[in-house]
Amino acid sequence: MRTEAKVGLGLLLTPLLLWLSLLIFIPHVDMFIVSLQERIGVGKYQTSLANYLTFFQEPLYLWTFLRTAVMSILATLMTLLIAFPVSYYIAKMVKGRLQSALFLMCLVPFWVSELVRTFGWMILLRETGIFSNLLQFVGLADGPVEMLYNDGAIMLGLVYTSMLFMVVPLVTTLESLPDEVIEAGYDLGGSGLSVLREIIIPHAMPGIVSGCIVVFMLSLGNYLTPTMLGGKESLWFTELIYSQFIVRFNWELGSAFGFMLLILSSAIVWGMLKLTGQSLEKTMG
Amino acid sequence: MTPDLECSALTKRFGDTTAVENVSFQVPPGSFFSILGPSGCGKTTIMRMIAGFLEPSEGDIRIKGKSVLNVAPNKRPVNMVFQHLALFPMMNIAENIGYGLRRQGMDKTQIARKVDEALDRIGLPGIGNRKVDELSGGQKQRVAIARCMVLEPDVLLLDEPLGALDLKLRERMKVELKSLQAAFDTTFVYITHDQSEALVMSDNIAVMNNGQFEQMGSGQDLYYRPESAFVAGFVGDTNRWQGKVTRKEGDAIELVTENGLTLRGATHGRDLGDGQQADVFVRPEAIRIAHDAADLAHFDNRISGRVTSLLFNGAASRILVGSEDGREEIEVNLPQSGEFSSIAKGDAVHIGWASDQGNCFKAGGN
Repeated sequence: MRTEAKVGLGLLLTPLLLWLSLLIFIPHVDMFIVSLQERIGVGKYQTSLANYLTFFQEPLYLWTFLRTAVMSILATLMTLLIAFPVSYYIAKMVKGRLQSALFLMCLVPFWVSELVRTFGWMILLRETGIFSNLLQFVGLADGPVEMLYNDGAIMLGLVYTSMLFMVVPLVTTLESLPDEVIEAGYDLGGSGLSVLREIIIPHAMPGIVSGCIVVFMLSLGNYLTPTMLGGKESLWFTELIYSQFIVRFNWELGSAFGFMLLILSSAIVWGMLKLTGQSLEKTMG
Repeated sequence: MTPDLECSALTKRFGDTTAVENVSFQVPPGSFFSILGPSGCGKTTIMRMIAGFLEPSEGDIRIKGKSVLNVAPNKRPVNMVFQHLALFPMMNIAENIGYGLRRQGMDKTQIARKVDEALDRIGLPGIGNRKVDELSGGQKQRVAIARCMVLEPDVLLLDEPLGALDLKLRERMKVELKSLQAAFDTTFVYITHDQSEALVMSDNIAVMNNGQFEQMGSGQDLYYRPESAFVAGFVGDTNRWQGKVTRKEGDAIELVTENGLTLRGATHGRDLGDGQQADVFVRPEAIRIAHDAADLAHFDNRISGRVTSLLFNGAASRILVGSEDGREEIEVNLPQSGEFSSIAKGDAVHIGWASDQGNCFKAGGN
């Protein structure tokens, strides 16, 4: 390679490298180092695994950790179940302007900040909210109904927040499936269910997997929705991290928690890819 | 004998437009039937109605004598080879061919045997484990046909399946399709806009235009005895002039083209009177070419002129002859004998043809 070309390539790569090193790599290394510090006195630290040991010894931490993982997986599955028919309808059943209009309608809520959207749900679900009043008006409830601050509300919020990130990859992959192939499936004797199972889902697999990864990561790392809709008892792992850093001022334990979350999400994504026989290259390519 | 496929008064309307209007035809068992027409003439609509993807507005479709109007596509005894073949990319070749059998609930060993048989039949044994995108265009073609044929359909529909292939392969596949049809002994209904595909393979051809059948018959019928101006112009290459009839004697007529050239032609029993506008069609191979005008004395159309262009294409070489007064240009086939192999642009030639080779139709009929 000529020198100028090398310099050119270097310059082109600089923003990416800067971004990766300054915003991803260095903070993580720093956090890892912090997580290995154990406070033994005022301003005195020594390197040890004590913080990680605390995590495994305290049932509340472990319990919250598992709960967050299971609920994120559930939220991902629910998002997939709701988004798949929606995406199929947008990608295959409607054409032209209606298609763009429907796609836009999925996008519109995301023009509003997540905070405002979550407040919107709070207005709907709270004791004096619209649903509660409606139920009383119709006569299905005797008094005000509190629908906030439970796992159902968290789930609702997570699914709602993640919808778009599932719909977009699904619509894209489903659109790339020629109508002819679906018709051939029927023509050769397939029923609706078998065409879905043998043709549509295998074709949409990369979209399903990439959508699931994104939604899972977003749910796992979500702070706002579980806190606001789940209340202070919601027990979301990001809240533990937040409280260690901000409330308890225990950066060492907070960092260890952060690392555990990173390991957990990586492990689950890896397991999911293995389970579905997909590779990251195939999904992202 | 009951025809394998029978459509009667089939009509399909989309809103105000009529895509298919009152089409009726029968396809006898084991024959190769083609519907030939320009794109947008409604041939795909007919195909999709037979396959069950569209509901006809009026009329009936009967397969082996039984109406299939209320039968879902996956229950009809017809299968379709799609334009882009629509092989399932997520399955390998054996799974593709076995798909329909699996849907019928056949057991695994029997499916494997049938798939192997089908692969042998299409001359591609042992490729069952390959992926779809590892095959060439022609191989995919054959797999797409085998995938339908393992189901032993009463009628196989083919929707321009050769369209995506290159010319050489297309020529070969024409012959191959015909022999596959004979091997499977199944009724094929083939739609195409390529007249040579239809002419080479079909027992019967229907020429379609604007949602209606213009003419139905064998390839020879359509080529030599077109019944409408559209068929005369669409099937095969042809010279075409428009003119006014100046004299009529039985079948023979004389007309003067817009550019003042006098031609003689035949109406072949069609209604065409004095003073009417008419279209004349003369095939390039019906025109004889000579160095000496005397050789053409027995023809009643004789024109002298010069070669304005030479269209060399091996056996199908042609010349364009400009009449002496420069009014018309006529396409003429060069004889294969080599007699005119040294002909060049600007040479003086004489051309002539018999009046019954000039097919005349009333103008306005497209």
